Parts: sequence; structure tokens; C-alpha cells
Amino acid sequence: MAGKLLLKGGKGPTSLGVAGGNDFQWCFSQVKGAIDEDVADADIISTVEFNYSGELLATGDKGGRVVIFQHEQESKNRPHLRGEYNVYSTFQSHEPEFDYLKSLEIEEKINKIRWLPQQNAAHFLLSTNDKTIKLWKISERDKRAEGYNLKDEDGRLRDPFRITSLRVPVLMPMDLMVEASPRRIFANAHTYHINSISVNSDHETYLSADDLRINLWHLEITDRSFNIVDIKPANMEELTEVITAAECHPHQCNVFVYSSSKGTIRLCDMRSAALCDRHSKFFEEPEDPSSRSFFSEIISSISDVKFSHSGRYMMTRDYLSVKVWDLNMENRPVETYQVHEYLRSKLCSLYENDCIFDKFECCWNGSDSAIMTGSYNNFFRMFDRNTRRDITLEASRESSKPRATLKPRKVSTGGKRKKDEISVDSLDFNKKILHTAWHPKDNVIAVAATNNLYIFQDKIN
Amino acid sequence: MFPKGTKRKFSDSGEEPVSSGDQVPVAPSVAARTLTSSYSLQRQSLLDMSLIKLQLCHMLVEPNLCRSVLIANTVRQIQEEMTQDGTWQIMTQALAAAQCPADRLVATEVLCRQTDAAAQAGQSPKPFSVVGLEEGYHAEEVVMEGDVETEVTMSTLSPVSPQLSSASYLAGPFGMGPCWEEEEEDGECEEDEEEDSEECASESEEGDRDHLSAESRTGEQVFGTFEIKHPAPPPDPALEELFSDVDPSYYDLDTVLTGMQSAPKMGPYDLLESLSSHGPTALSSSSSCRSDLNELDHIMEIIVGS
Repeated sequence: MAGKLLLKGGKGPTSLGVAGGNDFQWCFSQVKGAIDEDVADADIISTVEFNYSGELLATGDKGGRVVIFQHEQESKNRPHLRGEYNVYSTFQSHEPEFDYLKSLEIEEKINKIRWLPQQNAAHFLLSTNDKTIKLWKISERDKRAEGYNLKDEDGRLRDPFRITSLRVPVLMPMDLMVEASPRRIFANAHTYHINSISVNSDHETYLSADDLRINLWHLEITDRSFNIVDIKPANMEELTEVITAAECHPHQCNVFVYSSSKGTIRLCDMRSAALCDRHSKFFEEPEDPSSRSFFSEIISSISDVKFSHSGRYMMTRDYLSVKVWDLNMENRPVETYQVHEYLRSKLCSLYENDCIFDKFECCWNGSDSAIMTGSYNNFFRMFDRNTRRDITLEASRESSKPRATLKPRKVSTGGKRKKDEISVDSLDFNKKILHTAWHPKDNVIAVAATNNLYIFQDKIN
Repeated sequence: MFPKGTKRKFSDSGEEPVSSGDQVPVAPSVAARTLTSSYSLQRQSLLDMSLIKLQLCHMLVEPNLCRSVLIANTVRQIQEEMTQDGTWQIMTQALAAAQCPADRLVATEVLCRQTDAAAQAGQSPKPFSVVGLEEGYHAEEVVMEGDVETEVTMSTLSPVSPQLSSASYLAGPFGMGPCWEEEEEDGECEEDEEEDSEECASESEEGDRDHLSAESRTGEQVFGTFEIKHPAPPPDPALEELFSDVDPSYYDLDTVLTGMQSAPKMGPYDLLESLSSHGPTALSSSSSCRSDLNELDHIMEIIVGS
């Protein structure tokens, strides 16, 4: 290891100190969003997602807006630096609605965005709030027709008697315009709050999950959907478990999984029955009786589930850890990573201030060799599955100098706090990183910190 | 609520030092559990906190179902453990003796029924807005399991919990905390129920004073200058924050529910005062409770209308 670093001409302590996965050196690339201390609620980013090629990066916020960034090509002057992401399109996806029957306001917050695989020049994505899913088409327009026969330059119809000659309109180049238009609206299928959407590998269907039900949709059909999972008890008083996340298998279009608030994952096969209430596989780790407390169930509640790109593994995030499961082994995970174990002794306070209910997401890198998830104090964690090394990094304005390498952070758990460490009591629990995304091919990551989107890149070795 | 991971103040009480400040002790065996008063106190506080959260959940226009379920499950867990310990029965007995139970229960039932009616009418009553959920899912009802008595008690706990629970941070629910704690230490859990409640009631005054003196440091932290005889002291900012979502008209409703006609405006401290200074006799005559039901209708109309 040391020899390798010397060959790179490792400059000083920072290179040696960085122990990221696969010898990554993460450095700051960009930050999007306002800097003011006063963050408007509507600007808080609620979802982040790269598209299949990684060329586009979409964010959704609490105000119902979607902002799409596009990766610019590298400049010839600085080939060592990957290109930057710049705003490509911004549109209002969802508006606040009012349910008159129940006298309820439906939040416009975008819960999830999922891209469809690209099939033509246009890009398609699904965005959802608590109740309604929308299919958006994002297309470019860089030409316009000029020289209409029947219309003048302003678009007004010309007086037919004034037309004396016939001419064919000509396509002229224009400034690039990116248009977003809603192509489908999938509404009125969910009584409870939608927490997940997932595009199937057949590229024709997708699933949407709320607290108690999962529906299967066809992308072309908006007026009906199939209910494939329903865990609502006949008597709501008996309700003890809800669905927290769901995802389609990346390759097998008949397989999907859903996680619950009790820390279990059920894998279902849509070929076995129309209603997949009976699972094909049931994943649950037996509880450690020595660490049981009144908070055991709450912290076992799974906030996110993600299949690996290979489709062989899946990853779940609960309050304190990330677990990797082999789909062939149901009785326990194959790997467990502690995200912020130092919070275990603070669960009572975290219950009091409601932080214990925060739903953190997790993601895989393109090769499934590393996983990433967020924490508090704008910290996020990365775990290398091969070397078992982990690193804690911070998304902050202080470390936002161009191409500055991120310094690993450490939380001190014992009595003595070392110089660069931060103590658990100093952590800012308002600064939570719930949403992160990893580029499907390159080592580029997007981290949402409240209203700011940070983009970090690996310094090319 | 609390921006940083604030330690819970009353966990630093003068009692036996708890490791890591606010860690809820890992549940020891049943026998060991009953003897650890700090464990029962923390468990009680957790129960109260959870009930408040459930209450506040209801006050949201559209409650978060996952959160409600998790909190309700926590409450059920605590309830189950307390039932195993025998402390749950004692608490419910004491409650039954101290209040005018029938009217409270009827009042709550009426309230729930009214909520349903209002829900069907498409209105959204602010205090019990469960209309966001289909079929009027009542989180409080989820908690109700086991025997009828327990069930009924839990439902009565909910409407008055904002007030009573604040008092209970000090002295357990409805001022009965110290009572059954002392009983546990004496190993009197198995005694006849009637005796228990009477003892509880008569001991409550003493128990409260003892408990209060022991907790006075904690009390001061939580309630500022705590003096039973004086009118309500300035509320603790932490509690203010906790109840900031609560509709103030709700407290008036509580007054009616508990049938405390004597004190026109009841605060949490007044309630504690009544409990500690009164004996086993009911806090107010049952007739006033009944007449309050009409007032209850009236107040529900106002709240639903607003």
C-alpha cells in the first residue's frame, strides 16, 4: 500500500490519510443551491437520481420542482478533470393539491424520481409525490421552422387574399430549448402515502408502493393499475407493520422486493399469483437479545432497499446500519456495516426529537464494490465491500474549494477527543444527508445536503 | 423539536447514575426490572412521551402512518412489559379510583364517535384529525389490546395526556407513579386490588411529596419553580415547544372531559394539586360530569366548525 502511494507521488499527509474504497480520493467538484442560512422549506431536496448513462442528474424538492443537470463534455484544456454538471431543465412537476372530500392538503414534495431507459432522443422520467405519479418527457428543440405559408412571423394567420406565392417552411437552427411535458398522469390509485416507485426491467411496467399497498402499472395506461400487494388488515386497529420501500429486480421482470417497518424484506414473484401477499422469500435477521430495548423495532425499520446492479444482492438501510443480503440466503445478511453506532446510546434523545424516524437512503456504485449512505452533521459514509474499509466525509461549504480533496472525518466516541475529531454531542442533527446517488459508471457522486446538492469526483488516478 | 441531540434533562436526576446519560437501560429480567426504580421511571417517561407523540400525530392534518405505527408499537411494548410486571393493573386501578371513570370513558367514546361522524361528513376536527386515513384509523385504538379495562384506560389516557403527561414527568401518570413504585419495593404487588387502590390514594399525597422532594431538582429543571399551591408557573420552554402544535382550545375540552367544574381553567400543575390534596373521593361529583357531556357536544361543534 505504502509503495503504491509513493509511486503516485503522494503529496503529504492527506494522500496517505485517505483510506477510501479502492483508493479513491474524493474531491469537491460542484455545489448547487443557495448559500443563505435561511433555507426555504420548498428548496429542500427530497430525491436525487442519475439516469442510466449518468449523463443526466435529476433532483426533486419539497416545492414540487424537478431540476435536471446535464454532464458537459470535458474541456480539451483540462482533460484530467471530468466535465461539470450544469442545469439542463427545470420544471414544476407537482403542485399542492387539496382533497376536498377529506379536507386534506396533498403535499407537492417529490418523494422519488426514477428515470426510464432511453429509447430515443427524448428522456423520460417518473416523478411522484404522496398520491400522484407523473411521466415526464424531456426533449430538446434546437431547430424551428421558418417561412410558413399561411402564418406570418408572429404566428398570426395571414389574410388569404394576401398570399400570392407558395413556399415551403425551412428548418433553421435556434438556441437550444429543453422542454418538459407531462405525458401521463397516474392518479387516484393510492390511499396512503407513496414511498417508492420502481421501473421494471421490461421497460413497460413499473410499481408504486404506499404504506399498505403496492400497485403495478403499465406506462401507457393511466386509468387502472393492478394491486399486487395489500397488507392492510381488515381491522385497522390490528395494524402493526407498514411497507417502507419497494423495488423491482434489475433483470427479472417478475421479481420485486418490499421492506417493512419491522425490519423484514419480502421477495415476491409475480408469476406465482395475481396478488403477491404470500412472499417467495422472507429476509429477516434474528434479533440480538442482548441489545434489545424499547427502540429495537424503530431502529430496525428499513428506510431503503436497493438491488445491486448485478441483481445478486440487495442492500437495506435501517437507522444505524446498512446490510447487504444475498438473495439466496434469507436468514441473515452477508455483510453489515455500522453507519453511526455512536448514536445507539442516544436513542432516547433521538426518539424525543424525532430524528429516530429519519429515513436515510443508500446506493451502490456501478460495479457493486462500494456502497454509500448518509448520516448527520452533513456526514456521509462509504464502505468498500472488498477491502472492508470505510470512510466518513462531509458535505460542507468549508471543504468546497475547487478540486480540493475531502478530508476524512471522525466522530469521537470515547472520553478523549482527538484534535480533528468531533464529539457526538456536537453533531448537528438538523444537517442530515438522506439522499445520495452514485453515477452508474464513473466515480462521481451526488450528495443532497438540505437545499444544496454537492457533486464529488474521484481524482483520476 | 430539539435541534441538537439534546440529552433529556430529567434523566440526569439525582437517582442512581445511568450510564451514558440518557440511555434507556436494556431490559433486565422481569424480577430485576421491578426493583430498578430508575428503569421504571424512564419507562414511564417513555410511555408518556410516546402518548404525547401519538396525540400530536393525530393533530396533524394527515398523520404519517409509519411513524404512528412505530410509536403505537412502542407503547404496546411498554404496556405489555408493565402488564407482566403487574404495574399496569395497579396503575389502572389507581386511575379508576381517583377519577370518575364511567363519565370519562363515556366522554371519550362520545368524542371518538363524533370524530367518526365528522369524518364522514368530510370535516376535519383539528384535535382528532384521523380523517387523513381511510376508515378513520385511530392510532389510540391500535394501542388498545388485552382486557377491556386496559383498553378503556388507554383510550382515556389519550385525550388528557397532554396535560396529565406533563405532570407525570414528575410523578407518573395521574400522580400515581410514586405509589406503585413504593409498593414494588415493599413487594406488595400481589395484594388485593381494592386495598391497593385505597392505599394508593391515601399514600399518594405522601408519596407525591416524597417523590417531589426527590425529584425537585428535576422538577425545577423541567417546570421551573415548582410550587404546588401557587398558580401555574411560567411554562418550561421545552414543554412549550413540545405542545406548540397543540390547539389551545383543546385544553378547554380537557377541562370538560375530566369534569373538573371547580377549577375553571386547569393547567397541569393544578391537576397535580388536586390529585395530591384530595383523598380517594372523586375529584368532582358525577352529576357535573354528566352535564358536561352537553357542553362537550357544544365544544366539539365549535372545534369542528373552526
